[in-house]
Amino acid sequence: MTSTGFEPKIAAFVCNWCTYTGADLAGTSRIQMATNVRIIRLPCTGRIDPLFIIKAFERGADGVIVSGCHPADCHYTAGNYHARRRFTLFNDFIEFLGIDSRRITFSWVSASEGQKWADIVNDTTARVRELGPFSGYRDLVRSGLTGGQDAGT
Amino acid sequence: MSRIGVFVCHCGENIARTVDCAAVAKRLAELPGVAHSVDYKYMCSDPGQALIKQAIAEKGLTGVVVAACSPHMHEKTFRRAVSGAGMNPHFCEMANIREHCSWIHEDRVKATDKATQLASFIVEKVKRNRPLQPIHIPIERRALVIGGGIAGIQASLDIADGNREVVLVEKEPSIGGHMSQLSETFPTLDCSQCILTPRMVETYQHERIRLHTYSEVESVEGYIGNFTVRIRKKSRSIDEEKCNGCGACIQACPNRKSPNEFDTGLGKRTSVYVPFPQAVPNIPVIDRASCLFFRGRAKGAKKDVCKKCEAACGKGAIAFDREDRIIEEKVGAIIIATGYQLYSIGKEQANSAFKGYGEYGYGTIPDVIDGLQFERLASASGPTAGKILRPSDGKEPKRIIFLQCIGSRDPAKGIQFCSKICCMYVAKHTMLYKHKVHGGQATVFFMDIRAAGKGYDEFSRRAIEEDGARYIRGRVSKLERDGEAIKVYGYDTLNGAPVVMDADMVVLATAMVPQTGISTLAQKLSVSYDRYGFINEAHPKLRPVETNTAGIFVAGACQAPRDIPDSVSMASAAAAKVLGLFSNEKLEREPSVAVVNRELCTGCFHCQRVCPYGAIDRFEVKDRKDTLLKTVAEVNKGICQGCGTCQATCPSKSVELEGFTDEQVFAEINALEWTGQGNSGEGGRR
Amino acid sequence: MKIGYYPGCSLSSTGREYNESLQVIAPLLGVTLQEIEDWNCCGASSAHATNRQLSLALAARNLALAETQAIPEVLAPCAACYNRLASARHALAKDTRAFEKTREVLERPEFSNSVRVKTSVEWLRDLAPVIQKKAEETASRSATSPSVKGLKVACYYGCLLVRPPEVTQWPTQWDDPEDPSSMETVVRATGAEPVRWNRRLDCCGAGFSLSRLDSVARLGREILQEAKKAGAQALVVACPLCHVNLDFRQQAIARKAGGEFDLPVFYITELVGLALGASQAQLGLNRHYVRTDSVLERSP
Repeated sequence: MTSTGFEPKIAAFVCNWCTYTGADLAGTSRIQMATNVRIIRLPCTGRIDPLFIIKAFERGADGVIVSGCHPADCHYTAGNYHARRRFTLFNDFIEFLGIDSRRITFSWVSASEGQKWADIVNDTTARVRELGPFSGYRDLVRSGLTGGQDAGT
Repeated sequence: MSRIGVFVCHCGENIARTVDCAAVAKRLAELPGVAHSVDYKYMCSDPGQALIKQAIAEKGLTGVVVAACSPHMHEKTFRRAVSGAGMNPHFCEMANIREHCSWIHEDRVKATDKATQLASFIVEKVKRNRPLQPIHIPIERRALVIGGGIAGIQASLDIADGNREVVLVEKEPSIGGHMSQLSETFPTLDCSQCILTPRMVETYQHERIRLHTYSEVESVEGYIGNFTVRIRKKSRSIDEEKCNGCGACIQACPNRKSPNEFDTGLGKRTSVYVPFPQAVPNIPVIDRASCLFFRGRAKGAKKDVCKKCEAACGKGAIAFDREDRIIEEKVGAIIIATGYQLYSIGKEQANSAFKGYGEYGYGTIPDVIDGLQFERLASASGPTAGKILRPSDGKEPKRIIFLQCIGSRDPAKGIQFCSKICCMYVAKHTMLYKHKVHGGQATVFFMDIRAAGKGYDEFSRRAIEEDGARYIRGRVSKLERDGEAIKVYGYDTLNGAPVVMDADMVVLATAMVPQTGISTLAQKLSVSYDRYGFINEAHPKLRPVETNTAGIFVAGACQAPRDIPDSVSMASAAAAKVLGLFSNEKLEREPSVAVVNRELCTGCFHCQRVCPYGAIDRFEVKDRKDTLLKTVAEVNKGICQGCGTCQATCPSKSVELEGFTDEQVFAEINALEWTGQGNSGEGGRR
Repeated sequence: MKIGYYPGCSLSSTGREYNESLQVIAPLLGVTLQEIEDWNCCGASSAHATNRQLSLALAARNLALAETQAIPEVLAPCAACYNRLASARHALAKDTRAFEKTREVLERPEFSNSVRVKTSVEWLRDLAPVIQKKAEETASRSATSPSVKGLKVACYYGCLLVRPPEVTQWPTQWDDPEDPSSMETVVRATGAEPVRWNRRLDCCGAGFSLSRLDSVARLGREILQEAKKAGAQALVVACPLCHVNLDFRQQAIARKAGGEFDLPVFYITELVGLALGASQAQLGLNRHYVRTDSVLERSP
């Protein structure tokens, strides 16, 4: 907890077959973790549009986790490869878009890796807490897109 | 106008202990579009489901959100409930506030906030759900069983006796698996081959079982009810139609020095060989690596070398030029039954996460053998005709020391699990040894005795009480060569003193691990596996024979270490699942598939390029005069598996994945702003 | 080639000939030893048995000194010194609190724990091709000087060279802790013949040389007897305490626990020195208690 008591809000886009199930396993195993993450279930990381991440930051997220199956283990064979390629390109844009790349975590968590999911949740939460709140996009939207505004951290 | 019903489950104390369910329900009632919001102790129970049905009827609900356990648990339950009340099941979704909230947090305030928000996401999503109808697909009522050990054999017989056809693929030249290598089985000391070979013959002769031995699965395409499997039938270099199993070729082969794999390297075989006398099918195989003819050819010899087998064969069945063939089979369900192999203590390891036992010599000390090798020595049809003899000098060992838990339960070697069968077969080995070598002394170093099956504990006590086996609780830190003997340095924890003993033979109870190449096979099938290579079951308690890939089941030791009765039970269970699947008229598939908007689609076909299943076809849009207007993409509903990669790739957003449309997902994301505490948020709320 | 050098206390006292032989072979192998300025005792057994912070600080100070003296890699011939330095390096890398405290205690806030520590066995193993070449040259040049060619030697690793694996085989594994082979590689490069025997990793009694001589006698007898049984004409060690227990105490072992051994004990650096043509006196072999000349004249 920082001195300001800031608690980050983190959106997680996870694939149904591996990470969602791995998170279920963490739950069944009662592995305690930070309360800051909100999971949004998708069939596959291949479904994830980079716009989801931008929108999440715009709507109040201070950090984002994207997590799917390990390479070669995708339930749909190749969805996670497409996701990986998409985000390799997207990564180059993130700083340009005014988002500190440390606010985004990409990971592979399999259905049997409950502890790994908990570690990712805790590590991301701690990291984003250190970086502070991300208000750049929200401010931009609320200000009605007047020019000359600082995009924030 | 949306009228969503929210039902917050206490799940007894599981959720209510940490999440204030009443408060969650109260807050969600404030959300625009929510017409009914209550909490209840057990939503999945009959009264719980009745609450939903009642609310649908009384309040004219247009959607239902159950905030409770994981949808993997009960989505089907609640969808069935709303169906019963006349609502399309796809208007019902679950918010996971148990596995993803109450079970992983302690702070009541934070957990309640989180639960509220997680439920709000799903409410916003359901407002945008569409009524989807199930997709019906035909079922190919044939099964593929991969692996011809006891589990594969049992599953094949059960399905075939259930009047369905089975394709059984086995990579070795004969079916039977490791059970055919055993001498006697616990706890009855039945002769293993005696109880197995009738089953093997039955499998071979069954009119509904198509047996492909010396074959491996090359590729698998398709989905439940409609798999296309390509199988590589490796070449035996023998014409199977002509061969009558007379064995003349084997008699004629000049090479008698190749190590015999069935005898775990303790015996020798010829280049053209049958792995063991009771092999099914009884057709030989030519081992091209050792065969003089093939080696000559590989070296570029001008004249053909040897070929004595061809000369000896009265049926002209030797076919040197026969190569591998690929055949295609169409099946509706697959059972994985590939079994196990034993962990080796050597330096080279099949799995890079495992380490060998340098302290036991890395397998270089002769007369230090593993359990399967001991079985071959004890076996009447083995390399020593059933006499327990040292591999190094053929002498009878007077002192055998057995070490349990080699690899198993040892994080330093990379294996945490218990291999389940070793305590039992070591007790069996001590008894077999005593029965054959009356003056011999068997000593066992153990950590615990795990004898949990029926008659198992009594059996293990017999080894001590009737057959004089000496059990020392403790581990062995070192094995060394001491002249002709082996020096064993152990510890007796019950006496609290180190123990140094001499042995003429040491038998290691090594860990039961999955077969090499299992991860490649699993990837071909799109099933998941754990870090050891064991195939993952769909649910460890309630769905032990299914995998998370629809239509693919698992049986036997490839899922976890287990003994013969458990493997047989599991095989029959998997067979029952397959027969149950086949007894449906048609298969209903989840309608979560992609749909192309022909108006918007520009025909760039990026989607076709990225679809992992080749589910995208071309569709020609024509006018009434049959003039081609444009070619657009079209999704084959039968093949599409619903991953959504196409939608994320489409530059014009013309293809949508039902159940996970952009509208639905963005609605969830937008709900991030709503905290449920008087904050109404922004965005188009209906 | 340069390498940092941490002799430690024993190399100027009971292990003098280890130091002497090392100083002789280093230039022959083209290596300059850069001794750490103002090095202090590593603490060996006394520090880590009494106070953890003391044991970390004593060892870490040497690593910190090496850092400030721009020495990236340190050779610590004594196995106990090596083990203490490597343990400190490992502990400070894994325990951030201990690392902070140690920097405070040493008053060296800039210490970054970046120095690697090597045993003489690993160092010589990496130089084995050079040793082999020079040994062959020396052999062809003169047939009269004491030679180790064909000498049957039992390589004795003792406990601290390759264990515990988490500490010594970190960050990279330089040998197998259950079945090491580095010493044998060096011995072969000198032209001597390592024998296969069973007591390579067994304890010699270490510090009990002073307090429990009966234990040393019992353990030492096992080692010497087994080496003899395997056909060894001599032992090779890389630790001054092993040397004391097996050479200085060899008579006491024979008296207390029985047996007749007459097995000279060479330091690995002495064996290399002999192969490279140095004289017995240069290498300090005259300081040994079990005479070495007979076995050297015996070998072809």
